[in-house]
Amino acid sequence: MSQAETAVPMPLPELEGLAGEFYGYCRKGELRFQRCSDCGSWRHVPREMCADCGSWNWEWERSSGRGRVFTWTVVTRALHPAFQDACPYAPAVIEMDEGVRILSQVTDCSPDQLQIDMPVEVVFEDASEEVALPKFRRSTS
Amino acid sequence: MGAMDEACIVGIGETAYVRKPGSGLSALGIQLQAAVRAIEDAGLTGRQIDGIMPFPNLGHAESFAANLGCENLRFQSIVWMGGAAPVASLRVAGAAVRQGLANYVLIPAGWNGYSGARARQTVAEDVSSLPGGAIARDFYLPFGFSAPPQWYSVMARRHMHEFGTRPEQLGCIAVAMRKHAQTNPNAVMKGRAMTLEDYMASPMLADPYRLFDCCLETDGAAAVVVTTPERARDLGKEPVFIMGAASGQPRPADEITNRKDIFQTGLSLAAPEAFGQAGISPGDVDFAQIYDCFTFEVLQQLEEAGFCKRGEGGAFVEGGRIELGGELPVNTHGGLLSEAHVLGMNHIVEAVRQLRGDAGQRQVADAEIGVVTGWGDFGDGSIAILRRA
Ligand SMILES: [Zn+2]
Repeated sequence: MSQAETAVPMPLPELEGLAGEFYGYCRKGELRFQRCSDCGSWRHVPREMCADCGSWNWEWERSSGRGRVFTWTVVTRALHPAFQDACPYAPAVIEMDEGVRILSQVTDCSPDQLQIDMPVEVVFEDASEEVALPKFRRSTS
Repeated sequence: MGAMDEACIVGIGETAYVRKPGSGLSALGIQLQAAVRAIEDAGLTGRQIDGIMPFPNLGHAESFAANLGCENLRFQSIVWMGGAAPVASLRVAGAAVRQGLANYVLIPAGWNGYSGARARQTVAEDVSSLPGGAIARDFYLPFGFSAPPQWYSVMARRHMHEFGTRPEQLGCIAVAMRKHAQTNPNAVMKGRAMTLEDYMASPMLADPYRLFDCCLETDGAAAVVVTTPERARDLGKEPVFIMGAASGQPRPADEITNRKDIFQTGLSLAAPEAFGQAGISPGDVDFAQIYDCFTFEVLQQLEEAGFCKRGEGGAFVEGGRIELGGELPVNTHGGLLSEAHVLGMNHIVEAVRQLRGDAGQRQVADAEIGVVTGWGDFGDGSIAILRRA
């Protein structure tokens, strides 16, 4: 790959609105999801209102940080040039104990070691001075 | 007679489909070329077109109308459903002509998908154009989950886990599309036959997706014209009737990972509605043109549309059953995988050609009823059930 392509910066979240609040907690080492104050259902990605009961009331509630691998893909040819040097890597869908799913990566095993239902726990990885990304490592629980 | 049977397709048009630098036409120009052919095929002139439904992000009704010389553009609308838009537009166009909102609705789609901005450029430079918009930007791209083959392949892997679907079964889909392309002079992959061994040897891009699981990037355009059966009678062309048409979106519509049922698409909800309108069942269908952005999405839509039960798609696509001469020929033109990626509009054109009996070497014998589907963004779905006059 040419210099020009590897020089493309990693895409980072915009720290605005609800996404900004979500990543604000990540920056403090806390994984929090919205939880409806009326029906108790957890949600991710962040939204304005509860799709289950219609409530506008919610709080950022702390997640156990634990979940299981639900599915993944192994990227061997990055379509986004910023990830060219990272190949092969595996964006993975993690189903949290709370029931919500989050797209992330499992950092402490190679893509060919991933298994469906493998238990994982959250870790935070600094992506810039402002942004920490919630990623996962294998867990024994 | 289906509930939607009061609308029909009277004109089809296509450009050449190519993978080489420069069609020499702009995105608008290439679509106009297809549009002019569709209008001529209908026996109309540009002046008479009074409804236009452009593809999202690829054109404005005004610029089509100004070029075509439309005298009275009474109706325009864009269905914002990515690759599900053309088939979903058929439904809206059908409703529009029945209601008298327009007499002749043009639905064009096309682009310089090879010589213009290509997928890898778009994901890096134009994040706002991605399905999901801010959700993709904030929650997918930072983890390297940045492009359609990656988004969709996670569903394929989960299906493999739950139902034992095998890579060779995805290969059967790719091989069938390629085989059909050998009978189609306008298919980009004509002259390039492929075996299951070739498929299995193709490089991985987003495991379980190999190169040959992915559709083509192509320059080209296609278009159709929709009107009422009464008007069709005066045009002297055998109309193709829209027996049923529906579109739908999964829950949530804008994100893949948090669907309770990760295999649900808009088609899961739209297909029963369309078959209900048509008053037929999937078993009555003679062929299907299924939006094949990737191989597994064909298998998934065959299941979700009711051609087989969920989990049985792998077996359904084996043994030549979806090939010409099989029980349900799928993508007789070669599809997005082997004819061209024209945003699914080429699937509609091919269905009309089959129902007119004009498909030449690849004609499905005695084809009376055909299905066309669309798939866009993170799972938007659309379906039209068409029948010959
Ligand atoms: Zn609630």
